[in-house]
Amino acid sequence: MNTAVSLGATDYLLWVALPYVAFVSLIVGTILRFRKNPYGVSTRSSISLEKKLLGIGAPLFHIGLACVLAGHVVGLLIPESWTSAFGITEEAYHLGAMVMGMGAAVIMVVGLVILVIRRVGNVAVWQSTTTMDKVMYVILLVVLAAGIFATLKTQVFGGSGYNYRETISPWLRSLFYFQPQPELMATVPTTFKVHITVVMVLFVLWPLTRLVHAMALPLSYLVRPYEVYRSADRGVGARAVRPGWGATRFSRNVKPEGLVTPHTKDQ
Amino acid sequence: MRVKAQMTMVMNLDKCIGCHTCSVTCKQVWTNREGVEYAWFNNVETRPGVGYPRGYEDQNKWKGGWNLTASGGLQLAAGGRLTKAAKIFGSPDTPEIADYYEPWTYEYDKLLSSPLGQLTPVARPTSLITGEDTKITWGAAWDDNLGGSASTMANDPILKSMSTHVRAEFESAFMFYLPRICEHCLNPACVASCPSGAMYKREEDGIVLVDQDRCRGWRLCVAGCPYKKIYFNHASGKAEKCTLCFPRIEAGQPTVCSETCTGRLRYLGLVFYDADRVSQAAAVKKTDLYQAQRDLFLDPNDPEVVAAARRDGIPQDWIDAAQKSPVWRLISEYEVALPLHPEFRTVPMVWYIPPLSPMVDVVAQSGSDGEDGKTLFAAISQMRIPLEYLAGLFTAGDTRPVEKSLRRLAAMRSGMREVALGNEMPAEIPAAVGMTDTQLVAMHRLLGIAKQAERYVIPPSHAESAQGRDYECPVPDGMMPGRATAGPVPVTVGRKPE
Repeated sequence: MNTAVSLGATDYLLWVALPYVAFVSLIVGTILRFRKNPYGVSTRSSISLEKKLLGIGAPLFHIGLACVLAGHVVGLLIPESWTSAFGITEEAYHLGAMVMGMGAAVIMVVGLVILVIRRVGNVAVWQSTTTMDKVMYVILLVVLAAGIFATLKTQVFGGSGYNYRETISPWLRSLFYFQPQPELMATVPTTFKVHITVVMVLFVLWPLTRLVHAMALPLSYLVRPYEVYRSADRGVGARAVRPGWGATRFSRNVKPEGLVTPHTKDQ
Repeated sequence: MRVKAQMTMVMNLDKCIGCHTCSVTCKQVWTNREGVEYAWFNNVETRPGVGYPRGYEDQNKWKGGWNLTASGGLQLAAGGRLTKAAKIFGSPDTPEIADYYEPWTYEYDKLLSSPLGQLTPVARPTSLITGEDTKITWGAAWDDNLGGSASTMANDPILKSMSTHVRAEFESAFMFYLPRICEHCLNPACVASCPSGAMYKREEDGIVLVDQDRCRGWRLCVAGCPYKKIYFNHASGKAEKCTLCFPRIEAGQPTVCSETCTGRLRYLGLVFYDADRVSQAAAVKKTDLYQAQRDLFLDPNDPEVVAAARRDGIPQDWIDAAQKSPVWRLISEYEVALPLHPEFRTVPMVWYIPPLSPMVDVVAQSGSDGEDGKTLFAAISQMRIPLEYLAGLFTAGDTRPVEKSLRRLAAMRSGMREVALGNEMPAEIPAAVGMTDTQLVAMHRLLGIAKQAERYVIPPSHAESAQGRDYECPVPDGMMPGRATAGPVPVTVGRKPE
């Protein structure tokens, strides 16, 4: 590895600043969205407007996406030395990742294309599409296209392929150790750089889009009892007690006394 | 035994004139908003008919409610947890708006803004979904009063399960209205379907609600409910449903649909039930479901039940209300009210008194005395087709409870006619239906002339145990702000005491 590469401001911006901004935005933004506007967190499903195409496109897209994500986790977070220790050669890994990755990508792309055709082609669905949805779709498509183009160019038609597990993967992990090594990204092919940069932009916007529904994955459904009982006592889902004549959040120097029952205060 | 209280409704179908006032007032209060234009938390269906949404009772198609497993347990009809979770992306069992109807408005403005001309201006229909011109081909009550039923009635899921021969005869003889709201089931399939755990049954009064802040729009509840009474708001991406007007119920007031019912056919009251036996009662064999559900209900006058209710934290005024509950009397004392589709195994808690009037009409049309007890009894047992249809709606196919209910209504009719004419009630009339004459008179009062206070026995919720209500009285000790002496305070809900 040539560590004597000179790094410009752009390198620090793209491979240190942007990733941290993206992660903070993703995490803090999601927490804020769930806390401040829980009513706003929804899949915003348009199934009631159109069901047939959704029934094909949505499962394909989501399942393909899950496989692609799993592939990224393996490729980016598991060091090459670990897989080598298991006797997996770089060639074998490369072949496996390429075949499975492209398979997953095809499923996801077919799903997304169906969903986009549906969204643009169906009047009712198109009308329920917000500006943020459109921005999200464009970025999502760019991420996908860049990722697939990078893979095709370097991995499939690029001879022996590009070993991103010696550059991109350690760079990403270095961010998690808070010892960023932007120099690792210097020699990475431009196609990968574009893919990574647009993904970071997607992460920044993530909490502002309908993609937050991914963070609401209801895993607890598999283990919780079927029926849910709640007492009105706890006021779950209700607003905090605030009589109409009580202090508001705009009142100055007044505690919202409505939260305290008068007799407990007086006696 | 674990005693729980359930706010329960009974509707007397004999008195429903199909005016849709309940639907309209409910809509004005609850679904007069963007995203739920197509939703009617309360709707009135003409039966026989396909219902709203079309053919919702056909669970082979919609996969709502519960199925009995081979081992005798209950499983959601759409599949187990993993199957249900696997349906989260495509949700194939969810209806589209087209299955309800495409809501529309008219270009009313054209009527006013059109220039003077030869032709009368026309307000064309516009889709509320796309905003474009639309052709109205279906509505929320399209086959109202059997209008157009010649082409649609064959799709009635209950008629489908009966023979063709039966069908033809039925069409000319029998029609009634079925108002429907959420059943607020004891074993709700919607709650069990909700991946987020946003749907819940209230411990105090059993009202089933959607926590709008927790709903994530997975829309599996819509598919899970066999009555299709959960609606997906396509604008907010949240599930919405009938709330049994809980803010009114908590204040001791009847629901909007009950309050505005012109036929005064709705009854509201508490039913105590044994929460420990619910899943057991939902898992008996199909024809035993009605009886099993009724056996779940506990007699509020039984000292043991009262003691258990106190032990389980039910306040005294709620016990009093349960003892005065018109719903308990109609379901368990007179046995005239029946559940809607117990075979869905959700243990529904809106019950119906089957309609006798259509049968009386048939008897009267044939030239006989439609109010005569013997003639009516004979007619009820002879009219197998209406009986079978009603049994398909209310008792999973068992005609005996339906016949019993109708015979009791017939006895009340003919017995009370004698009383109205100044005669004694003939002893054989109540005896023929296993009731006393006092019971018949009391039932007549409840079904015929009961005022609001008797029809709606709704104990207000307990503010001292419910800290979450934002409209609770702020002066719980009878203390007025700025007043030193204690005393009763007139409370107006939601307003500052003067």
